[in-house]
Amino acid sequence: MNALRVLVAMSGGVDSSVAAALLVEQGHDVTGVTLKLWGGESDSGCCSVSDVEDARRVAAQLDIPHYVFDYTDTFDEQVVEPYVEAYATGNTPNPCVDCNRHIKFGRLLDRADALGCEVLATGHHARRVRGANGRVELERAVDAAKDQSYVLAMLTAAQLERVWFPVGELTKAAVRAYALSMNLRNAMKPDSQDVCFITRGGRERFLADRVPARAGSIVDSSGATVGTHSGIARFTIGQRRGLGIATGERRFVIDIDASSATVTVGRAEDLLRSQLRVGGCTFVHDTPAADADLLVQVRAHGEAVSGRLVEGSVVFTEPQPRVAPGQLVAFYDGSRVVGSAVVGA
Amino acid sequence: MPATAYLDYAASTPVRPEALAAMLPFFSETFGNASGGHAFARAAKSALESARESIAEDLGAEPGEIVFTSGGTESDNLAVEGAARAARARGRGEEVLVSAFEHKAVLAAADRLALEGFSTSRTPVSAGGIIDLDALADAIDGRTALVSVMLVNNEIGTVQPLDQVARIMAVQSPNAVLHTDAVQAAAWVDVASLAADADLVSVSAHKIGGPKGAGALVVRGGVPIVPLFEGGGQERGLRSGSSNVAGAVGLAAALRATVATMAVTVARVGTLRDRLVAGLAEIPGLWINGDPDRKIAGNVHVGIPGVEAEALLVLLDRAGVCAAAGSSCSSGATEPSHVLGAMGLDRSDALASIRLSLGFASVSADVDRALNAIPAAVTQLRASVGAPR
Repeated sequence: MNALRVLVAMSGGVDSSVAAALLVEQGHDVTGVTLKLWGGESDSGCCSVSDVEDARRVAAQLDIPHYVFDYTDTFDEQVVEPYVEAYATGNTPNPCVDCNRHIKFGRLLDRADALGCEVLATGHHARRVRGANGRVELERAVDAAKDQSYVLAMLTAAQLERVWFPVGELTKAAVRAYALSMNLRNAMKPDSQDVCFITRGGRERFLADRVPARAGSIVDSSGATVGTHSGIARFTIGQRRGLGIATGERRFVIDIDASSATVTVGRAEDLLRSQLRVGGCTFVHDTPAADADLLVQVRAHGEAVSGRLVEGSVVFTEPQPRVAPGQLVAFYDGSRVVGSAVVGA
Repeated sequence: MPATAYLDYAASTPVRPEALAAMLPFFSETFGNASGGHAFARAAKSALESARESIAEDLGAEPGEIVFTSGGTESDNLAVEGAARAARARGRGEEVLVSAFEHKAVLAAADRLALEGFSTSRTPVSAGGIIDLDALADAIDGRTALVSVMLVNNEIGTVQPLDQVARIMAVQSPNAVLHTDAVQAAAWVDVASLAADADLVSVSAHKIGGPKGAGALVVRGGVPIVPLFEGGGQERGLRSGSSNVAGAVGLAAALRATVATMAVTVARVGTLRDRLVAGLAEIPGLWINGDPDRKIAGNVHVGIPGVEAEALLVLLDRAGVCAAAGSSCSSGATEPSHVLGAMGLDRSDALASIRLSLGFASVSADVDRALNAIPAAVTQLRASVGAPR
């Protein structure tokens, strides 16, 4: 194999550490980089000083250079602000998708190019493979439970030509076993959870500091008021818990109207839709044929269901629960990523 | 050509052979605690006091005016916090003025004082990196307890007119204390004369060929200071803790060697620096940060449009050139420089700037290597898709 110059995004976690270790073992010229993304007060989450220290120590163990790039400005603009804005307007944000799109496979991929690195590698669980026709493809990870191809579905072939996911070929258990065998200090470090810039106090407190709370009504599908709330940012479409209303039946959030601060609740079947309007489609290669049968996944850990992409809408084979505007949609052909879209209003 | 060109002397320097040799006996043979009464202690105490005398002579002070500390940060903290607190306790004002581009050890100390109820302000600096004396004159009054202005700026290397600061203070607030952070000055200028008017002077060993973890504060004429540490009352009660004899000896030896060779070093390194700057000037659009006529001999600080310093430093590291940008924070990221910000550079210009700092052991091959690597790296970065526009 040709030795290439590879930039590895090292979060301080075990996956990206093992990614770096594997590339070193394969004989590549590896440089580690940790991104400082969030300068806010929740510095105990991702990209905190201790995570940087973990990455730095692993890089030292692997005897590769390691740098810290400060992308806090882009992260604030492209990830945190849209996150807050989405909740303020009754939408559901995708901070990890935004980060991948704008930071890791945007600014950092450009930086890799600037530094003369042919390849950018990350610790994502996904497989980048070469199809029979020589085309680069993105496939689900070997470890289905850890598969992250959903949050990478917006990558195009041009990007995938320059991006590697070394741990996508391994199960999580194998990743940890490899880290242990290499005596990496973070071999048993717990997986990161939730959104990296939100830690203590959780989402509600984070948003409470940033979105002016505006009280409003909770209504049922007939329009009758069944309760009140202190702000729409606490709600997301499909939510069942924490509605603060007492009814005999299970109730779900089926709509959020930001302009009137009204949350509509209803039964599970009220959420069902046979179509989903989408925009911002990207495809790894070409646009699939209008009648092509696809698997459609609308959540990071959701199941992929059967559907087609017809004139700016996803048409499901069976009606599916409604998805909030802003959510990423990933299209698959079997386990192969075809492309992505964003749920429209 | 050496494998690596070290151009980060403003961050740290190698220990001079004479300093290392002077220190070695105090780790093993003469290891006693200088505060004790027996033979081992006496030997250590004697070395400590000899070091104090030597440093006092080189800094233009009395031996009794030298307080040993753990380095520049502690000296700055002790001077700014200690003198301000002591002045307030004596009813001598509660206003603290610091220049806007001081080292963080001074800025953070002033911020601490602000939390304690002091009135603090940051005096602006010019685009060329010189303190604005008119603004300082406007700010100083009878309530001013302490003024802190560095002798040489750590990023851009400009020498500050401390004598003029002192003159303004003498007229407008004769009781106020003048502190100067001379950490970056001691390698390049005669601190004894240029800081003669300062009541408090901070120095650090590792910027002049001494060890890390050793420094001193000159406390002239019994300026009252509230100590930072409590304990055994060493250093006339201003710095409790068993004396770092080896560190003090290393500081003294490094300072003596620095002073003895200063004229030669300044001339030699100045020539290297001028060649480096002339070579870099070939890079289209390159500008120099800080007034070139007011800089110490070892400083190069340039901005390069269309280049992010963060990326440039990676390419230079790969090419064996060690340089710096901005100020390092605890995570190792490079933050936009508050020094350049104070001089009026906007954020993108600050993030396009790097510092190359030469020192007593710099050689011509270091400049050759830098002049080979930097233009090539700039060309590469400017050609890339991610280049800032």
